[in-house]
Amino acid sequence: MRLPDAKIPPGPLEHKWQAWIDQHRLVGPNNRSGKNVIVIGTGLAGASAAASLAAQGFGVKSFCFQDSPRRAHSIAAQGGINASKDYANEGDSVRRLFADTMKGGDFRSREANVWRLAELSENIIDQAVAQGVPFNREYGGQLATRSFGGVLVQRTFYSRGQTGQQLLLGAYSALEQQVAAGNAVVHSRHEMLDVVIVDGEARGVIVRNLVTGEIERHAADAVILASGGYTNVYYLSTNAMGSNVTAAWRAHRHGALMANPSYTQIHPTCIPQSGEYQSKLTLMSESLRNDGRVWVPRKGGDDRPPAEIPEDERFYYLEERYPSFGNLAPRDIASRAAKVVCDDGLGVGPTGRGVYLDFRDAIAQRGRDVVEVRYGNLFEMYENITGENPYETPMMIYPAPHYAMGGLWVDYELQTTIPGLFAIGEANFSDHGANRLGASALMQALADGYFIVPHTVAHHLTADRESVSTTDSAFDTAQDAVESHITRLMDVGGTKAAQVFHRELGNVMLDYCGMARNAPGLEKALTEIGEIRENFWSDLRVDPGRDEFNQSLEYANRVSDFLELGELMCLDALRREESCGGHFREEYETDDGEALRDDERFAKVTAWEYQGDDGDPVPHDEQLSFENVKLATRSYK
Amino acid sequence: MNFTLEIWRQFDTGEEGRYEDFTVEGIDPEASFLEMLDQLNERLTEEERRTVAFDSDCREGICGTCSLVINDTPHGPRQVTSCQTYMRDFEDGATIRVEPFRSTTFPVIRDLVTDRSALDRVIQAGGYTGATTGPQPEPNSMPVAPEVQEKAMDAAICIGCGACVAACPNGAAMLFTGAKVTHLNLLPQGQAERGNRANSMVEQMDEEGFGGCTNFGECSRVCPQEISLDVIGMLNREYRKARLSRDPKDPPTMLAQ
Amino acid sequence: MVEFWRSTIGKKTFVAVTGTILVGYLILHMVGNLNSLFGPTGAEPRVDWYAGWLRELGEPLLPFAGALWIVRAILLGSVIIHITGVVQLRFRNRDARPARYPARKIGRSWESGVMMTSGILLAAFIVFHILQFTTLTVDVTPLHHEQVYFNLYNAFQEWYFVAIYLVALILIGVHLRHGIWSLVQTLGLDSPARNRGIRYGATTLTLVIVVGFALVPILFWTGLLDAPEPPAATITAIAGGLTG
Ligand SMILES: Cc1cc2nc3c(=O)[nH]c(=O)nc-3n(C[C@H](O)[C@H](O)[C@H](O)COP(=O)(O)OP(=O)(O)OC[C@H]3O[C@@H](n4cnc5c(N)ncnc54)[C@H](O)[C@@H]3O)c2cc1C
Ligand code: HEM
Ligand code: FES
Repeated sequence: MRLPDAKIPPGPLEHKWQAWIDQHRLVGPNNRSGKNVIVIGTGLAGASAAASLAAQGFGVKSFCFQDSPRRAHSIAAQGGINASKDYANEGDSVRRLFADTMKGGDFRSREANVWRLAELSENIIDQAVAQGVPFNREYGGQLATRSFGGVLVQRTFYSRGQTGQQLLLGAYSALEQQVAAGNAVVHSRHEMLDVVIVDGEARGVIVRNLVTGEIERHAADAVILASGGYTNVYYLSTNAMGSNVTAAWRAHRHGALMANPSYTQIHPTCIPQSGEYQSKLTLMSESLRNDGRVWVPRKGGDDRPPAEIPEDERFYYLEERYPSFGNLAPRDIASRAAKVVCDDGLGVGPTGRGVYLDFRDAIAQRGRDVVEVRYGNLFEMYENITGENPYETPMMIYPAPHYAMGGLWVDYELQTTIPGLFAIGEANFSDHGANRLGASALMQALADGYFIVPHTVAHHLTADRESVSTTDSAFDTAQDAVESHITRLMDVGGTKAAQVFHRELGNVMLDYCGMARNAPGLEKALTEIGEIRENFWSDLRVDPGRDEFNQSLEYANRVSDFLELGELMCLDALRREESCGGHFREEYETDDGEALRDDERFAKVTAWEYQGDDGDPVPHDEQLSFENVKLATRSYK
Repeated sequence: MNFTLEIWRQFDTGEEGRYEDFTVEGIDPEASFLEMLDQLNERLTEEERRTVAFDSDCREGICGTCSLVINDTPHGPRQVTSCQTYMRDFEDGATIRVEPFRSTTFPVIRDLVTDRSALDRVIQAGGYTGATTGPQPEPNSMPVAPEVQEKAMDAAICIGCGACVAACPNGAAMLFTGAKVTHLNLLPQGQAERGNRANSMVEQMDEEGFGGCTNFGECSRVCPQEISLDVIGMLNREYRKARLSRDPKDPPTMLAQ
Repeated sequence: MVEFWRSTIGKKTFVAVTGTILVGYLILHMVGNLNSLFGPTGAEPRVDWYAGWLRELGEPLLPFAGALWIVRAILLGSVIIHITGVVQLRFRNRDARPARYPARKIGRSWESGVMMTSGILLAAFIVFHILQFTTLTVDVTPLHHEQVYFNLYNAFQEWYFVAIYLVALILIGVHLRHGIWSLVQTLGLDSPARNRGIRYGATTLTLVIVVGFALVPILFWTGLLDAPEPPAATITAIAGGLTG
């Protein structure tokens, strides 16, 4: 297999998307209801895509594993969404947002895609407001904005600390409107377990009804995967418990390439782990770094209460090392800096894996009221979880796995290497390169869902296709494969819950394929994952009963895919012999400890091809070309 | 910490349920309630017993998936979601009763898991502005005073968990419905469908079989988002205005003010 | 309107509106009763004059006692709608709720939980009250048409009548402490800024009504109000006093 063309339209960057739109073919309004699209996922990407396609008149079937589409993981996004509206009159522009995102991603993303993202950012805000998303407003009723990491302008729009929730509810309500109108059907508590490929094109899915256990077949003319990110491969992450790689992974097994799987983001501001049985880590929005100052005591093992540590014994390491961005350094940099100070023994808290995020000065300067208006609900959440009051004592934070920049390889049309199979939102690899800037995932998920796939999928649907029925033999084959995978899981007959193996996998991934990686470590991880995988398949136990509600089966199924993904991530990290963004190989660092890119060899996307259970995955490279930004060493100093 | 748990076990919607007792030992006080249940399940798996089914996803209080009634109170003692309830909130050695959110409109699927899709159908009836994807007006051309935005947001933060229904002695969904109507009807973007929204959402709410409000206020007292009873007043007002001013022969009237 | 009545909110609104009418009536009724406090003032006690005035109200536009009958019709209609509404809602609410649920009370007022009980007892009392002072059927103590002061005086010399009325007033208090606040909420007249005030207002109004009514039996019983003149020649009345 060769990597197909990314289909980037010719012409100047600024006009590529319009040029694409202008030439795309259309399905007449009367013929649309006969064309069906399956959308897997109801997060920002999935819900917006489903709502938009249904509004155009296509028949949409939407699926999610939660009990309601409104509960998709996007609901948890806190801080905000970027748009280059320049309301703050700082000279922000599409070009600046584009450049910031390219640089933020450490020059490992496609120019054309990122430009389009920046271009569409403004429409997203307009769309969301029209749906009734209550973004914060300034005195006078104008939209408010704030800063996020890695940029010097205020372009982040927000609804208190619940921006993802409000945006998702907007998209969800638009989807429910289409359900009411009869254009869309939502199947909640349904999990996709395979794509069905007929004559080389994605024409349907096999899903498990999670309530009855029934395996169902659904046919369509195109399938969109909006199934989110896979950071739960680390077991403990900021993602929701159910976030998983299954949909993407099953597509990968059918030939969809997986791009840059090792690009994962470890978010700097999360509440540190407190116990062995902890099930998830909680993010404290990056927006807190607008006013909070990050520090550790200069002396290791200083266990005085933070308030008693005098100013000159505090090490404001971000401000010292990155004077121009300070506490708002991008995430990969802030996270690694935290790891470094903790490795040096300066970390605080019971485990020594924590740093302070201190609001003392902000409260003194701006007053408690202002801080409360900006972050009240985050402070409450922190106090709720830790029992400590951040108005009085600094927060304690530590980096945690948060976001997957890697994902299914897609071309400019967001189509995977399987024709008719599209991937959007966090599930694809597209726009963030090796590191995602804050407040840009929501932007990307919604750009994909509202404004890109409605066109590219519509374009795909113009081709004449024979209708397929779910009795087609391809559905039989796919269903058999799904059933036998389930049988295999049910029949292991061991003694341990899937959680046990997941936890083990997570530890390995975090140690060797987390914030810092090196070749021997990754090799070791590959061996260890192999062992965990073996144990999984010999000692797993799931509750009996496949034709019924069975959460332990759902979970085991997801873990079985994470185990395979973990191996691929390590392979990818091994192969990329450079450091860039969130992928930090200790062998490749500058003298002052920053990431050292190798643009000669690695200014490219690595897309992996599945080779069967026993074969070694094969990498394919997509060369990235940079005509509109200058490849420079990223500096936030 | 050690606890005795009385957990509601019910195989499926049709089956009679019952309480089953479990003990859990050596629980970290910093563990969340759901993590305590995770540990129980891990042990049950080792003992080759069927695990306890319960719902959760975000585990940070925002998705509204978790839905336990803990010691007779939806979500537990602290007016936060079940997932944000920590074992340090209980006394060592305590007996804790755990059961699903109950309401005729929320049939039990298994153990502590219920079907809350009725709430989605209430939203389908009118919980949207009607804007479909496409070019939209510049937001700053329609200023919204920060106080209005704040009020709308106070209602918009509803997580749709259904604790209000579970707490209500009448199984009413007025707080849920009121929150959505308040959110949209306060904003300029929600004006076009203002009256219809109140009408259709209330109709759907009734059709689903939710009870009526007797102003007990229990809903608001368990709401993890602390949504105020004011949204019910607003719903009552909006519905009355919409219903009483609508001439059935004419197309639905707009009640913008 | 029909659809409005069919919906839960609509029905509840009817309950609230009829409740408001009944509360409004209670206030007028209480003020009317307070006329007794003027005592037996000569040939016609003030309260008897008041009862007569009520009958003549609206004349000659309306026939004698016409206004009174209109008021009675409204009241009867209100009570019927009020009761029909709450009973239908009660059945609905019961269906919305599985029986086994323990439903811990999380701070709701106890009055709100006994609205049906207090309401039913109130209804029973209202029937009794009408039988006593309006139709004069319960003539345990001497009763005469159109002689309100006389009737009240005699009835409230007996401790058990005083007790019955005081208990009924407590019931009214219980019903209205939740009811008045509730109707404001149901009618959507609440607002975040006003809600505390409304709570206090509801309690105060309830107290005023209860105390206002209670004064009459208490003052008669404690002998602070003088005995009436012996009854004058019985005048045939079309109906009993409004106060009865
Ligand atoms: C705590 C937190 C805070 C964040 N804050 C921000 C922020 O402030 N700004 C920002 O820009 N980004 C933020 N992000 C990132 C952002 O929220 C996500 O990247 C984005 O929401 C992903 O959206 P999505 O639609 O791609 O996927 P998701 O929202 O993850 O949705 C995935 C959907 O797929 C469904 N699904 C998955 N697998 C299957 C299957 N096999 N079958 C059926 N359905 C399936 C799920 O049910 C779900 O509906 C944050 C992330 C986290 C974790
Ligand atoms: C003096 C006569 C009465 C007065 C002044 C009165 C007043 C009120 C008021 C103001 C309310 C509140 C309405 C609302 O919640 O919006 C109410 C509610 C109620 N009333 Fe009455 N009422 C009277 C008689 C009765 C009777 C006879 C019954 C007997 C069945 C009754 C049963 C109820 C019940 C059950 C409620 C609660 C309804 C609910 O909360 O859904 N009431 N009443
Ligand atoms: S699990 Fe999301 S709110 Fe509790």
